[in-house]
This record gives sequence, C-alpha cells and structure tokens, in this order.
Amino acid sequence: MDRAELLAAYEQMTLIRRTEKAAHDLFLQGLVKGTTHLAAGHEAIAVGASAALRPDDYVFATYRGHHHALARGATPEECLAELMSRATGLCRAKGGSMHLTKASTGMLGSYAIVGAHLPMAAGAAWSARLRGTEQIAVAFFGDGATNIGAFHETLNLAAVWKLPALFVCENNLYMEYTPIADVTAVARPAADRAPAYGIPGEVVDGNDVDAVHEAVARLAGRARAGDGPALLEAHTYRHFGHSRADPATYRPAEEVERWLKHDPLDLARGRLVGLGVPPETVAAADERASAVVREAVEAAKAAPPPDPDQALTDVWADGGAAWRT
Amino acid sequence: MADVITYREAVAEGIAREMRRDPAVVCLGEDIGEAGGVFKTTVGLRAEFGPERVWDTPISEQAIVGAAMGAAMTGMRPVAEIMFSDFLACCWDYLANEIPKVRYMTGGQVTVPLVVRTANGGGLGFGAQHSQATENWAFTVPGLKIAAPATPADVIGMMAAAIRSDDPVVFFEHKALLATKGAPPPPDHVVELGRAAVVRPGTDVTLVALASMVPLALKAADLLAGEGIEAEVVDLRCLVPLDVSTVLASLGRTSRLVTVEENPYQGGWGGTLVSLVADEGFALLDAPVRRVAGECVPLPFADALEERVIPTVDKVVAAVRDVAAY
Repeated sequence: MDRAELLAAYEQMTLIRRTEKAAHDLFLQGLVKGTTHLAAGHEAIAVGASAALRPDDYVFATYRGHHHALARGATPEECLAELMSRATGLCRAKGGSMHLTKASTGMLGSYAIVGAHLPMAAGAAWSARLRGTEQIAVAFFGDGATNIGAFHETLNLAAVWKLPALFVCENNLYMEYTPIADVTAVARPAADRAPAYGIPGEVVDGNDVDAVHEAVARLAGRARAGDGPALLEAHTYRHFGHSRADPATYRPAEEVERWLKHDPLDLARGRLVGLGVPPETVAAADERASAVVREAVEAAKAAPPPDPDQALTDVWADGGAAWRT
Repeated sequence: MADVITYREAVAEGIAREMRRDPAVVCLGEDIGEAGGVFKTTVGLRAEFGPERVWDTPISEQAIVGAAMGAAMTGMRPVAEIMFSDFLACCWDYLANEIPKVRYMTGGQVTVPLVVRTANGGGLGFGAQHSQATENWAFTVPGLKIAAPATPADVIGMMAAAIRSDDPVVFFEHKALLATKGAPPPPDHVVELGRAAVVRPGTDVTLVALASMVPLALKAADLLAGEGIEAEVVDLRCLVPLDVSTVLASLGRTSRLVTVEENPYQGGWGGTLVSLVADEGFALLDAPVRRVAGECVPLPFADALEERVIPTVDKVVAAVRDVAAY
C-alpha cells in the first residue's frame, strides 16, 4: 500500500472502530436490543481485504460482520440504524446486528449459523465462473467455523471445481469462550487444513492492514486467473468479548495486554508516521471518522421505528408473505 | 414426442425444457451427470447441455444446497438434487435457516430463485432412512414453496413453474410414481404453483391427497363408487402456496373431508389443512374430519410392516365409509 492507500485504509479502520464503540455505548444506553458481536480489533482484515478486491466481487460474512459491511460500503448510519431497530436500517430493521447485508455492493450477507455461508460463497464463485465475469467470492469466518462440516464440504468442492473463491479465517484465538487450540486437532485451524484439500494455506498478521492487503491481492489474483481457491488465516484478537453477554474474563491479562499493544490502528498509524505523513493529517482522518459516526448516531436516533406491517413483507420475491391461495 | 411419458422421464424433460429456454438454469447433485441420477431422473441432460450446466458433486449435501443458494443470489437459477428426501436432514440448515430467511432478514435485498429436487416417499422397501415422506418437514418453515406432483404432465408443468419462480421451491418427486405413465403435455406447459386440481368429481366426500396418495385416493374412490359413495378427489399439488380455496369449494359440494397423507399423522400437512377448514369452513361440514396418515413410527422394511404404517386403499375406504355414514 502506498501512503495514500494506507491513509485511506487507516481512516476506514478508524471509522469501523468508532462505529463499534458507538454500538457498544448505544447498547449500554438501552438503544440496541438483542446482542452484538463487535469486530473491534478485526478491522485490518476487512479493510485490507476489501482494498484488494474489485468493487463487484462478492463478500460473505458472519454474525461478527459489522466491519465487513462497513468496508464494503455500508454507512455507519445504516448500520447503527439497523442495530437500533429503525426503519432506515440497512435491512429495514428485519436483520439486526448479526445479519448486516449490502447486496448492492456485493456484500451478500452476514450469517449467524457458524460456517453456513462458506457453501454460499462457493456458489457465488461458481456462478461468477459460469457467467464469465472474473468476479471472485470471499468468505470471512471465525476460527470456530473450521471445525464444522460445511467448512470441509466447501473446501473440497471449491478445490475440485477450481472455483474463484477465497476463504479468510479471522482467527481470534477463541471459539466463543473456549480457546480454539483446546478443541482443534491442528495448530493453525484454517491454514493447516489446506493441504488436505490441495489448496494454498497461508497465515498472515491480521492486524497488519498492509500485510492482509498484500496476501488477499495475491490470492485473489490467483483465484481470478482460474488457479482455484485458497485459505488465508489472519491472526487477530477481539477487543470485546464474544458477544454482549461475554465479559471475556477467560482470557489471560497478559495475553490481552500483548494483543492490545498490537492494535491494527496503532500499527497503521505508526507506519503512516514512518512514511512521513504529518501527524495532523492522521489526526484529521481521526476527526473525520469521529464526526461521521457522531452524526450517524444522531441520525439513527432520530429515525422512526419500522411500520409493524412491514413484518408481513419480503418473504417472497413479489414482496409479500402469502402462503396460501 | 412419444404418446406416453413416464414420471421419471418427465423429470428430465421438465428440466431440459427450462434449460433450453434459459441459460441461467444449471443443475448440480450427486450422480446426476454421466450416471443420469440414481433414479434416472436426469438422463440425457449432461449429453444435451454439457458439463458446464450439469455438475456432478461429491456427497456433500450442505455444499450442494449452499452453493445453489449462493449461485441463485448472484444471477443463476440452480436446480439442486438431493438424492433421497431423507438426506434433506443433512442440509437442513439451508432449508430451515438460510434459503427461506435471507430475503426477509436482509429487508428484501436478495432473491433466491432455486429448486431443490428430491426423491420422496415410501412403498419401495428402502427402510427407515430412505423411505420417508418429508414434505411436512419443509412445511414447518415459512419461506419455502413446496411442490409435489402426482402425474408426468404435472411434473413438467410444475417443474417449469418452480424453475421460473423467483422464490425457492422444494420439489418432491415421488419414488413410487417414477414408473407411472401419462400423456406428455404440450410445449410450454406451465402449472402455476398453488393451484390444486379436482381430479375426480364427487358429491359425498372430499378426499384431499398429494403425490402418490392421489392415485391411491382415486383407487379408493373407484371402490367406493361401487358402494354408492361418490368421492371427490382433490390433488393438492403444492403445500405452499396451499390452495385452501379449492378444498373449501369442494367441501361446499360434499360437506365431508378425509385427508390422505403419506407423512406421519404427527406434524403432517393435513393438520394445518384441517385447522384452516375448521377456521373457515366449519359450517360446510356435516361430519367429523378424518385424517388417513402415516403411523407415528419410523418406516419399517418388510412390505407387511410398511403397509401397516403408510396409507393404503383399504384404510382410505374404511375412513370414507365412516365419514359417509355419520
């Protein structure tokens, strides 16, 4: 990434971090119901990968997916309005935190059944190949998903069909509350499975936006050229617990401290300064991101709730919900 | 085209007709390509349309249906085969949580125009894990359309409607009907989903049936006619959309209702149909409603045992006699 690209990535990561912080605060204020699975700490994976993709590539994410929606063009206002059950929400308040989707930009959903979206990404890649569009499909998933059947079925199918797909594991060391190492037969839950399917498996520092960008650009290029899928395991750490219900007390203090010192925003900021970007330029990016999120919070708060009758729409393609004639 | 076509041939013909008219239609499933399907319901498709449109898959039901979903969300019209309907359980997440919900939970941002075809039902001695009538499984999930044709012509017409539908359709092909024959329908034959058919008029009792239960109900009706009981037989064709209007109209003529369901009584589709009749057609009834359905046990292997569990002509005749005599 050159200076301009890195600065843009930094600003986008900051925007995601501020949005996640706002989601956290709004929950504590009683304005977000249900639960949230915040991606603070994971920003570099979404932003680095997105910068390496074409605008028409497909992205599939998990219930921890706010960063991917934002990286693929959803606005903080749309996302926060969705979390706050507003009519102006990204999914018109029908999805909530776990299902942020921006189909118009190819962000084809956030799925809350672990691993379920990997076959979908394979299918989108298959579709791209059949239509000859040279698009690729990327599935982002957690380390926990590497132990579910759909992961293995998908990798085999994608390898056999040589699909233009990329599978990016966000390994944050914990499958929900349990260390992934305690429940996984191999040390690197994604990358070490790649040889079983005859595809490349790599590990990258998921907090280094430049490194993620480089790896995704290379593996995406390979997939786009018809050389088949790959697995990328990006190591990262969540700043919050698994979900709202989880204070994450099971994580050793030393480990938390070590990872917080390896923060993706700090890393990018340090690199920008090293590249000679003036501190006031970085501060201006921070301020712009803060202002956008501040305004997003106010706009979402002011937005109306959904019309209850909207509950009975959007089941079928005709917009309705009729199940009988 | 030949004068008659089998139900089995009609499946391949129905798919082929749609593949000829729409290049977005592609097929995937286990053994569907070179082998032509374990039930020979996809014979000829690979030869006519090639490997880029007819894809053999590994035994990976989640990958098959999940990939079909991803392809459907991005411009294709996939037709995925799940070899036996019992195996829908292996990819149930897609039928229960993903396919029927993604349009709704994204506020209408995506459509999922796909068909999941599957060989359904018993009577062939395949035992507990290859014989179930699982249409009621799909019926528990809002957001799926459910088709279950009883004749070769309906297979073709309903396949056309299912593939052209912008909504997901689970398409149940009944194993016991594969060898049955009928007249081939004309070109561009489309049977709109959600339109039941009165396949035998009658004045005394309405028999509502689905798939292989339709010919069974017709046999029962013939026997009953010899006793002076005229049964009207309604082929429901689809569970979603459910054609309640046709059933109520029939009850307006007969005032008596017997459902004939292969799925278990417990959770079977007739329970919902009967509840709708109770809500909206109670005044039409002159007798209690009877449901002839599968016994609530796993499907046994031996013929004598299987016949004890699933509906038979004798069971239907007995139920109709009771209702008619009330």
